[in-house]
Amino acid sequence: MWTEIEPLLDNVQKPARYIGGEGGAQEPEHASDKVAWLLTYPDTYEVGLPNQGLQILYEIVNERDDAVAERSYAPWTDMEEQLRAAGLPLFSVDTHKPADAFDIIAFNLSAELTYTNLLNCVDLAGAPVRAADRTPEDLLVIVGGHCTYNPEPIADFIDAVVLGDGEEVIGEITDVVHAWKNNDRAGGREAVLRQLSQLEGVYIPSLYEATYDGQTLVSVLPKCDDVPERVEKRTVADLADWPYPKHQLVPLTDVVHDRLNVEVFRGCTRGCRFCQAGMITRPVRERPAEQVRTMIAEGIKRSGYDEVALTSLSTADFSGIEDVIKDTMDDPSCSQVSISLPSLRVDAFGVGIAAELQRGRRSGLTFAPEAGTWRMRQVINKLILEEDLYGAVDSAFSQGWRRSKLYFLTGLPTETDEDTEGIFELARNCVKIGKKYTGGASVTVSVGGFVPKPFTPFQWFGQNTVEELRRKVGVLLEQNKISRGVQFKWHDPEATLVEGLMSRGDRRLGPVIEDVWRNGGVFQEWSEHFDLQRWLDACERHDVDIEWYVYRHRTEDEVFPWDHLSAGLHKDFLWQEWRDALDEVGLEDCRWTPCYDCGACTGYGIEHVVASATPPAGGSQGTGQNLAVGGAVPVELLSKSGAVVG
Amino acid sequence: MIVRLRFTKNGKIRFIGHRDVARIFERALRTAGLAVAYSEGFSPRPKVAFGLALSVGYESDNEYLDVVLAQPEDLEDVANRLTAALPAGLDLLEVGEIDRHANSLMEAVTSCEWVIDLATDDEAAVRASVDAMIAADRVVITRERKGKTVEDNIRPDLLSLKVSMNPETSTARITAELSTEGRSLRPAEFLGALEPSFEVTRVRRTHQWISHGDTRIEPHEADVSRAAHPNVGAS
Repeated sequence: MWTEIEPLLDNVQKPARYIGGEGGAQEPEHASDKVAWLLTYPDTYEVGLPNQGLQILYEIVNERDDAVAERSYAPWTDMEEQLRAAGLPLFSVDTHKPADAFDIIAFNLSAELTYTNLLNCVDLAGAPVRAADRTPEDLLVIVGGHCTYNPEPIADFIDAVVLGDGEEVIGEITDVVHAWKNNDRAGGREAVLRQLSQLEGVYIPSLYEATYDGQTLVSVLPKCDDVPERVEKRTVADLADWPYPKHQLVPLTDVVHDRLNVEVFRGCTRGCRFCQAGMITRPVRERPAEQVRTMIAEGIKRSGYDEVALTSLSTADFSGIEDVIKDTMDDPSCSQVSISLPSLRVDAFGVGIAAELQRGRRSGLTFAPEAGTWRMRQVINKLILEEDLYGAVDSAFSQGWRRSKLYFLTGLPTETDEDTEGIFELARNCVKIGKKYTGGASVTVSVGGFVPKPFTPFQWFGQNTVEELRRKVGVLLEQNKISRGVQFKWHDPEATLVEGLMSRGDRRLGPVIEDVWRNGGVFQEWSEHFDLQRWLDACERHDVDIEWYVYRHRTEDEVFPWDHLSAGLHKDFLWQEWRDALDEVGLEDCRWTPCYDCGACTGYGIEHVVASATPPAGGSQGTGQNLAVGGAVPVELLSKSGAVVG
Repeated sequence: MIVRLRFTKNGKIRFIGHRDVARIFERALRTAGLAVAYSEGFSPRPKVAFGLALSVGYESDNEYLDVVLAQPEDLEDVANRLTAALPAGLDLLEVGEIDRHANSLMEAVTSCEWVIDLATDDEAAVRASVDAMIAADRVVITRERKGKTVEDNIRPDLLSLKVSMNPETSTARITAELSTEGRSLRPAEFLGALEPSFEVTRVRRTHQWISHGDTRIEPHEADVSRAAHPNVGAS
């Protein structure tokens, strides 16, 4: 339908969002007996294109003979207007086919505020927004991504949910849909969904019944015997088997993270108690260093990029990270290439890494101490010492960086104003360190409001109110006045409230999401479109008590809306972690110390895949002196910890 | 070694911006294994210089880019390697070596020729409107300049205007040569000054001219000592 879309593009901003044609883009040949996936990111092209998850699945599906995959992104409001006025549907950017030329529309859900965009995309695709209203010919709506560990708020709108890594299960889903489609869709949607429910990692919300006792959720149980009581996540045991994306898309226009991205490992066991990603992606699975080198060298050569980001959680934990960086810098085909490490723990970032990185062009350095005081960091189990941060910042400034960025959370459990103010004390000290090397040293402090997430030790915690978060921003603004060289940025507390509502909500939020969408509430990630009042009004109309959903502390016997789903983690492990948090007791990283059986490995018969049995050198590596580490951490490590500090 | 690249911007890729084109060329030069000279300093930038920006949505038969290569290269080889690295629609037409003292593209180009296709098939109406503009002493438009609204007479910038029919679509077409000296006259500004105004379907830049008195040449003819063309089908 390109000829119909083309005239519309003269009337919209950034028309390049809709043309496709990226390096690495595919134009797969559709056929009536093939399964066609429309992989959709429910936000703008610029945000969605770099998504590695969708790019991986795009390649895996297109390698099959019996399936095709194309991509689409949420059209910006101006384009949506144009499409609706012209009576045109959502379309793929690869070959500009209408959404109804596909069998499956699959969304990556990385942020709760995109839920209304999901509804809008399904509607634009021409399918009924409520799953119950769809016919066998309508699209199957499937979601994956981190948000799907509690998909209950969107249960009414989706047909299937994938928990965990998608590499393997997308093939199994394709097989099931392929057989169903080529058997005249026998048994209708009910039949194909029932079959999909038999796949490990696939959750079919319509096959489960939620029961309430007044406000309280009693259970979410399968409606039939053959549907599993609990859906377990999928985990790819060895990343070496999945060197994707092999042909990362190179966009023709500006996008976020416009660089080569190479995933060096998946999972993280540092055990930060606020961090959902670190809990649900366990265990740690490193990519072999040799494969990382190959993916960098080939990716750079093919794409023409001059920057590569090594992606993972806490990237400096990768075994032999310094060697990989050094080898890349030494590779003549990678001259002029800069390496960025978007996720860095300060206790693993030393002069060695800083020195290697600075040989290329310097990109920004971001550290995430997350909390302003050692007490607070013990509560959240981010066991980095102040000295670790100063050591890392000193390494950076001494190697020529002029600015760094520090990420923090506010609204954490047990947080006092002393903790909040501690954020700026750290920042001021970092500026002071920077001034030793350059007069222009500056530090950006970025503060987000904490949202408790499912499958974390903090899932029992009552989120701070909008008023309380605003007050804390006020405390920070006061500090900012007396902090020269510090730039302060913060996340809108009103958006944090809606994220909190979605994060731990249940099926009764469906009508609220639909209401906000019907009233024009799309692109809620964008401040120019976000309007809290729309959500408050919708909650009132549908008797949703925000206080109960967001601000209430949960007790041990609480039945969560996600209790019938599993990331492997034992609920009593998470509860113990919550109690330990309140007692300010830390927990070490199990990748280098004995297993404490959180469930993520033992439940699935898998293990960490790490090349080195000891942590990378430098910093205290979470062995702060106030922590009772016993003999769990190698002595050698403790002696090394002094090397970087100061 | 400085090379002047001449290329098209046609088809879907007409919807990308000027900076996007720059980024694509930077990447294509790297993919082609052509080392570009870099500026000195804290944040080195590749030494590339573009000509006049082309508005998003417009096509062109003749776009230019000057690139300083870090070492001497065979021109034909450059043409073929770059062609293989560029996306569809940005088609390399020619690679010429230019003198290091050559004027920059921005300074050198004095006017551009545009072929503007209109939605209407009423050639007479378009001709009447264009003739009226040619006959006028002054054609005044309002523009923003440093945040202030100013009035400019664009009549001197209208170097040539011709009306014809596009034989393929049987719709009216204006071929306009607009000055780029001083404040460049953009096709949208010219079209906005036509009375009545006409719906535009396609705008294509066909030439960029460098005038010296009575003679005029194009940038790929200026200061170019030798040139090469990519082999057909190299992409």
